[in-house]
Amino acid sequence: MSDAPAPKKHHRGQTMVFIGLAMLAVLLLIVVFGPSIAPYSPSKTSPNSLDGPTAMHWLGTDSIGRDLLSRLIVGGRGTLFITFVAVALALAAGLVLGLTSGYMGGKVDLIVMRILDVIFAFPVFLLAIAVVAALGPTVRNLILTIAIVYTPAMARVVRGPVLSVKRWDHVEAARSVGVGEFAIAIRHVLPMVISPILVQTSLILANTIFTVTALSFLGLGPPPPDPNWGSMLAEARQFMELAPLTVIGPAVAIIFASLTFIVLANGLRELLDVGSR
Amino acid sequence: MLEVRDLTAEFIREGEVLRVVQRIGFDIAAGEAVGFVGESGSGKSVTARAVMRLAPEGSSIRWGGRILFKGQDLLALSEREMTDVRGRRIAMVFQDPMASLNPVMTVGQQIDDMLMRHMSLSGAQARKRTVELLGLVGIRDPEHRADDYPHQFSGGMRQRVLIAIAVSCEPDLLIADEPTTALDVTVQAQILRLLMRLRRELGMALMLITHDFGVIAGMVERVYVMNNGEIVESGAIDTLFAAPKHPYTQALLAAVPRIGTRRSA
Repeated sequence: MSDAPAPKKHHRGQTMVFIGLAMLAVLLLIVVFGPSIAPYSPSKTSPNSLDGPTAMHWLGTDSIGRDLLSRLIVGGRGTLFITFVAVALALAAGLVLGLTSGYMGGKVDLIVMRILDVIFAFPVFLLAIAVVAALGPTVRNLILTIAIVYTPAMARVVRGPVLSVKRWDHVEAARSVGVGEFAIAIRHVLPMVISPILVQTSLILANTIFTVTALSFLGLGPPPPDPNWGSMLAEARQFMELAPLTVIGPAVAIIFASLTFIVLANGLRELLDVGSR
Repeated sequence: MLEVRDLTAEFIREGEVLRVVQRIGFDIAAGEAVGFVGESGSGKSVTARAVMRLAPEGSSIRWGGRILFKGQDLLALSEREMTDVRGRRIAMVFQDPMASLNPVMTVGQQIDDMLMRHMSLSGAQARKRTVELLGLVGIRDPEHRADDYPHQFSGGMRQRVLIAIAVSCEPDLLIADEPTTALDVTVQAQILRLLMRLRRELGMALMLITHDFGVIAGMVERVYVMNNGEIVESGAIDTLFAAPKHPYTQALLAAVPRIGTRRSA
């Protein structure tokens, strides 16, 4: 709400958001069209194993002759799908819990936040490994696990600004003209806290990409034969001197995906002026 | 119309009780304009909020006594029943017009909301009335300005919008808590004149809270002077100006430079 935003900063934010969105478009393309834009089936083997780049296989092949590019695209779909759905769930839960907790305050706040603190206190990986190990490594469990793990972070991001916004004059003004508490929370408080939530969601997406791939790398991801970036990296490790692309490929893909959200988060932060208000 | 008896207000924080309003009583008749004067911390704002039953956010407050509004004790109503009183029967204008509007809704939407909530108007009916109201409070080109956001209005104009929201449902009582304190001196006079005119046209009672006797002069019929959570003096404005009895009132009056010449200046 600054009346005279620094124009240069604004401009940089716009550029970053633009770049971030372009990168996001690539990721979404992979998620939506995955198998149909991959040149080969990701599980089709060929005799040319561990090949370098050729005209037929642009990025070469893996240890049993599967096309690396196809596996990257289809595998990306798996990884990104889990990431998006998990973060969407965490966001929904975080919004409800954070808004309720921050707005209602008092005992409700105390109870909700203490419960979330318990989850928050666990290292993300330890908790994720424990849950996946207990429930089994299916896509659904992985999504649920990651959603649970990131819900406290989301709830905190929502709750923080709600605590201050609910004391703003326009909230009291709304109350003074008979607006109900639920309507105040939704219409007069929530819209004020959207900016930090957007930024944080983007950052959590970046983190989640790492979490998902790391869990898959450890063998706790979705079971084979569906490829995903984490397990591809794990499989390729033993041949990395023979066929470096098999490692570099997934690694670059992972970095690209999380960089997308980091760029987007930073751009949004500057554009929306989060934190300087 | 409004009879307040033995009103107390106590802030409760970490088990400690701080009484900021000490068993006060006052009356406001239908259509009457009454002023509440006192310095910061005298309890006048908390008294005004008591009538709306609004606790400052983040504090826990305990009301005592009775606030009879048309024979009904507001302190005995449920929170839900109270939301039907607020805005509909009793409305309030706050001190800081810059902060009292929702920045992400157009001013039109904010008035529409009121009309749809309290008057059960349809969206189109509400918008028609909104435009009328904006015109009534002196916003030029109300049809187009209704679609503007608060940041596109000046402070004085925002206060007019807030007044439009407050009077949108034609309440019986309008509480104005330091309505001009945050405004330029020239704009102050306009806002006060607007409040006077609306009070006359809509037949509302007005409870005007201020620290400034200059604001009260010519606006209200009766005055209550508050200090330390008590009403120290009350009476018709002319009598009070002519012969203040309580030393605190005398001190307050002495603090106003050249009273009586200010409004004509």
